[in-house]
Amino acid sequence: MTEKELLKGNVALARGAVDAGCRYYFGYPITPQNDIPEYLSAALPAVGGTFIQAESELASINMVLGAAAVGKMAMTSSSGPGISLMQEGLSYLAGSELPAVVVNITRSGPGLGGIAPTQGDYKQATRGGGHGDCRLIVLAPNSVQEMYDLAGEAFRLAFNYRNPAMILGDALLGQMKEPVILRKPLPPPDNKPWALTGAKNRLPRLVKSLYLKDGEMTVHNLKLLEKYNTLKEKEVKVEVDCRPRCSLIVVAFGSCSRIVRTTVDRARKKGLNIGMVRPITLFPFPEKAVRQAALSAGRVLVVEMNTGQMVDDVRLACEGNSKIYFKGYPGGIVPTPEQIEAEIETILGRGGLQECQR
Amino acid sequence: MSTVIEKKVFTAPASMKSNVYHFCPGCHHGLIHRLAAEAVDKFDLASKAVGVIGVGCGVFLYDYLAIDCCESPHGRAPAVATGIKRANPDSFVFTYQGDGDLAAIGTSEFIHAANRQENITIIFINNSVYGMTGGQMAPTTLPGQITTTTPAGRNPASDGYPIQVTELVASLRGTAFAARVSCHDSNHIRKARQAMFRAFQAQIEKRGFALIELLSACPTNWHLSPQQSLNRIEEELIPAFPLGIYKDF
Repeated sequence: MTEKELLKGNVALARGAVDAGCRYYFGYPITPQNDIPEYLSAALPAVGGTFIQAESELASINMVLGAAAVGKMAMTSSSGPGISLMQEGLSYLAGSELPAVVVNITRSGPGLGGIAPTQGDYKQATRGGGHGDCRLIVLAPNSVQEMYDLAGEAFRLAFNYRNPAMILGDALLGQMKEPVILRKPLPPPDNKPWALTGAKNRLPRLVKSLYLKDGEMTVHNLKLLEKYNTLKEKEVKVEVDCRPRCSLIVVAFGSCSRIVRTTVDRARKKGLNIGMVRPITLFPFPEKAVRQAALSAGRVLVVEMNTGQMVDDVRLACEGNSKIYFKGYPGGIVPTPEQIEAEIETILGRGGLQECQR
Repeated sequence: MSTVIEKKVFTAPASMKSNVYHFCPGCHHGLIHRLAAEAVDKFDLASKAVGVIGVGCGVFLYDYLAIDCCESPHGRAPAVATGIKRANPDSFVFTYQGDGDLAAIGTSEFIHAANRQENITIIFINNSVYGMTGGQMAPTTLPGQITTTTPAGRNPASDGYPIQVTELVASLRGTAFAARVSCHDSNHIRKARQAMFRAFQAQIEKRGFALIELLSACPTNWHLSPQQSLNRIEEELIPAFPLGIYKDF
């Protein structure tokens, strides 16, 4: 029997992680994600796990690295500046091919910024994770249910691909309450022939990212590239809602996509044929789905709560074959459906009625 | 003809690999690797030890010790070790860190690991200079010491004083063991071995945080011969970094 509970987004995410089997959390307080460590400080010891409030985000991510090196399910969470401090550790996790989950309940920035909902960390999340040629697996929930579900999914992906996975949320998703069905996910694979458990009856193991000998680093980079390509082939998650002959596709992720959903539904009631694409994995980015939808409509509106970040990925996916419009709401402004609707009408007006109805 | 009877009187510790050291002549890393390996053997830890290696000349420890090893970002080894030990309390976890790694970029991590009574052992190599990057000023560089970034000698007025890590750690309640030893002659090496054993014993007995600081030579970056380097440890380093067991459980 599945349970259903009314949960706050941050707590749902923490519950999802524990239900998935996570037993190690290391973190440092920062708003607006504090419900996660606060919940886990009681929940983890209760199931035999470990919670440490670290001295900094630098320490947090490296404690995660240590627990991950042992083969255990470990996570941390933070926001904006804290995630910036973790970039070094994320690069080491990716380079050492260690699984871990990192949650970013974003703040607006740059600098200390603000704590209202924004999506300004899209590029930081999707362009690697620190220095070097690496990628994070990035998941973008848009509901409290997905905060719960994607926590488990992040661990599955992290362990299957031995790569750090990030959940990119914001203050809206973290703070709002919604009913959640507690569907416990399957635990990740048991077989970890890389884990540092002590060289008992086997050869010593090494977790490393330093490659100094001629050609070694290239081999390692190409191995990582193969992993990222497999992710692009097999693990893209995207929600597509496009009817034939639609006049405009709106692309949005995370909490912003909830508002776009309402907008699209209202526009359809008015007789406008508007489609919608919501990337759930930001890396791997749903290039094909975006390209196909964009090609059918010819016009794409990207709506983000920032000054324009995912829009670059949409442009790359469309390869110049579609007209791309962007509307951004940076700094903690959450758009209303009316505002986005006005934007849609302006774009459709520009193209003329005939083009809209083709 | 008389029969020659060969009797082995000296051998490498069982937990050491047979690889040839890459270290410069007169460097003490090899000796300290051996002391760590002797401690691993003494307590029969080869099957449960995990070495966490900082960034510096010691980073290739895994080429010489036949145990599980984990590289750590610069300075973060005590945090990585914390994660390993908490996730697998039955393992034996030590870090191997130089003075730049531990006492500059990693100051926060070792202080807080000690303060949490983290049940780990830290092997801290103090040779008063950055080795791997080519001889820059370390937090432990002595006043007046010439390095590539203190060409006129370290000036405390602008560059600060050498940090005394063992005294700092000994002042924290979470620390079970803190000692400073030297590698400059056989008498001191024997004492260093005993202190290394004690630093391992602390973790085995779950007493909390243990740190052993080893004063050691870097002839290449000191621009001295190996023998002159040994003299420098005795004449300059030891007066600035007094030897002793500062805390014992």
